[in-house]
Amino acid sequence: MIWLSALRLVLATVKKWGPLRAPVLAVVFAAVLCAVVLLFSGANPFSAFGAMIAQVREGQVAVDIVNSTAIYMLAALAAAIGFHMNLLNIGIEGQYRVGAVVAAIVGGAVVLPGVLHWLVILVVAALAGALWALLPAVLKVTRGVHEVISTIMMNAIAFGLAAFLIRRDQFGVLVGNNVTTDPIPPSGQVPGIDLGSRGTVFGLVFLAVAAAAVYAVVMDRTRFGFELKASGLSPTAAAAGGVNAKKMIMVSLLVSGAVAGLVGMPEILGRDHAYTLNFAQGYGFAGIGIALLGRNHPLGIAFGSLLWAFLEKAKGALDNEGVPKEIATIMQGAIVLSVVVAYEIVKRMDLVAEQRRVGRATAAVVEPEAVK
Amino acid sequence: MSVVDVQPTPSGMTMAPPPRTRKYPGWLIFTIGTIGAVLVLALTSELTGEHALTSSSTMQNTITLGLPILLCGLGGIWSERSGMINIGLEGMMILGTWGAAFGGYHWGPWMAVVTGAICGALGGALHAVATVTFGVNHIVSGVAINLLGAGVTKYLSTLIFQPISNNPRDSPPIEQFDTFSSPGLSDSLLRMEKDRGNSSVQGMASDVAGLVRGLVTGVSPMLIIGILLVIATYVVLWRTPFGLRLRSCGENPVAAESLGVNVYFHKYMAVVASGALAGIAGAALVLGSSPSIYQEGQTANRGFIGLAAMIFGNWRPGGTLAGAGLFGYADGLRLSATPEAVHALLYSAFIVAGALVLWQLYRRKLRTVFFAAIGAVLVYALYYFTDELPEQFLPYTPHIITLVVLALAAQRLRPPATDGMPYRRGEGD
Repeated sequence: MIWLSALRLVLATVKKWGPLRAPVLAVVFAAVLCAVVLLFSGANPFSAFGAMIAQVREGQVAVDIVNSTAIYMLAALAAAIGFHMNLLNIGIEGQYRVGAVVAAIVGGAVVLPGVLHWLVILVVAALAGALWALLPAVLKVTRGVHEVISTIMMNAIAFGLAAFLIRRDQFGVLVGNNVTTDPIPPSGQVPGIDLGSRGTVFGLVFLAVAAAAVYAVVMDRTRFGFELKASGLSPTAAAAGGVNAKKMIMVSLLVSGAVAGLVGMPEILGRDHAYTLNFAQGYGFAGIGIALLGRNHPLGIAFGSLLWAFLEKAKGALDNEGVPKEIATIMQGAIVLSVVVAYEIVKRMDLVAEQRRVGRATAAVVEPEAVK
Repeated sequence: MSVVDVQPTPSGMTMAPPPRTRKYPGWLIFTIGTIGAVLVLALTSELTGEHALTSSSTMQNTITLGLPILLCGLGGIWSERSGMINIGLEGMMILGTWGAAFGGYHWGPWMAVVTGAICGALGGALHAVATVTFGVNHIVSGVAINLLGAGVTKYLSTLIFQPISNNPRDSPPIEQFDTFSSPGLSDSLLRMEKDRGNSSVQGMASDVAGLVRGLVTGVSPMLIIGILLVIATYVVLWRTPFGLRLRSCGENPVAAESLGVNVYFHKYMAVVASGALAGIAGAALVLGSSPSIYQEGQTANRGFIGLAAMIFGNWRPGGTLAGAGLFGYADGLRLSATPEAVHALLYSAFIVAGALVLWQLYRRKLRTVFFAAIGAVLVYALYYFTDELPEQFLPYTPHIITLVVLALAAQRLRPPATDGMPYRRGEGD
């Protein structure tokens, strides 16, 4: 009897943890894939992973990971807002670049007291990001242009705009060998948490946490979040329920753009204090991958960002193991692909199981009648 | 290209859209468009004195830079005609650049094309497995493949090229194709290009000669391959049973399935061919750069521009060729011309807008005339009051043109009916 109840308990647990099957499958698959690649390049996967984990304790790596996690979280949240509506905002890359360069120019030009200064910069960044998403949104709503194509084009144009704006006859100044915008005065800089030789945690790490919290509340507890998710799950049902699809597209793309505009802020207000020529790129596409990884869930996104940041910052250790550190990018891509494939597989398994269950149930009902 | 598309079979409640017929055959539109573009450029060059617009070196740069875009666009046609969106073209192209450098270093330029195609096809196969077999969202899979393509090539070039070239970001230079010119034609065209004469007709003739000379001088076999692939794409997709079946998978896979078409097989073929074409595009990029090497970040989003060229061309080979020519020209002009010459392009835009005004007046579409006239005035004002365009925006001309085309003509474009939609065997209604 004890065995039977134990078995029941295990079965119940498996059922309860059903949602975790897909991520576990994905992680196992991705880990196997990475291990194969590592073996192929002649390294021991276990010692390579071990070296990466040991790397976290070195110098500023841990703090770097925390800072990057915050940046990735913002990018992934921006992507997730669109994903809920089945909108693929590929334009985060351009939106955060425009947000960063415009905010840096404004921040360097205005003089305001303390907190107000960086609050203004943040608002400007969000507005600029939203503005860069405005054209794709308008084209989508009025002309039916697919947002993926228009945002890809806007991404490229954003690079041109940024390069133009920091030309020295526009807003650029020459600092050493680097062209930057006017530095943001100390009143506009966000103080971080100084950990001495370990580095400085950006103050705006808390912005990312706050954004994730707001995102969770809005999605689960407000009418807007409900309408957003409903429109994504079934546009026809949502329209029948009185949701204005066009308005939802506009709002969600603009909000997504506004959040994307903030992606560059932790680095600019916390470390660089200006937009420089070698401003980081690639956060937008990373954000899309992480949002897929985290299935648009705030905790999933936080975890995904941490994983991404870990791979990115700890990959230096691989060079000592005789493995090109670029393998980290392969791992990131492999993980994203494994996750989406794993979710599809699990979805199909559930569907088949459901069909069998329904089939058995209806057969049981039908059979006695047939006997009669 | 005059073939009318397969219309989705009316099933149940859905109505078949009215068949779209074209007034003029595609080749005629293409020819008139090409002649028109050449005339506009010649006129601009004659009136503004910016002869770099029509120099043969500009034309050669156009070909070199337009070829990768063209091949990517063809790849897009193959994939999207079967109903599979392929945002991963960029990643497959990156794989192609690496493959071409590897094959070219070991076995010469012809093998560079082959290995580039193989590497791209591998990327395409991965996309096909994810999207066709596992039903992953096409765009999601494409984004992942772009990440993966960049990662794999970075990794492989560190592993394999660094010991030879001492640089993890570059490959060693590979052997280039021998180019050939038609000696008599090229020389006489050169004389014509140099001698602008006194009359504006002779000047314009020398502009045309410059453009044609760019086309027939220093021709790389890559150009021949590209043109052959355009024709092959058209013939295979629009003139064979295989192509009909492949396109029917993109228009109405359920109907195709009911007629006994193996939809999965055709989608697989299409996506793998798409990857191979993107890989050849990568090879064209490697062989076209001087020195011919693989470089990290070399593709610079040309895969996306290829997609844009495909959309510009309304998912057809001839239109894609025109789009690739336009975008290649915008890119090529940046290399060979001064900012003033680029500025003169505004004058071309003014001529085009003016021609549009006249044409729409003839057709009595007054509303369009009104907007076109405003556009013409604005462009002319911009031309008149500025001396040069900020060069930072020049590389992004294709992107801006694409947005304008999409904004103005999105309703007239006709993508395959079930482009990007999930399909599973036996689940049709």
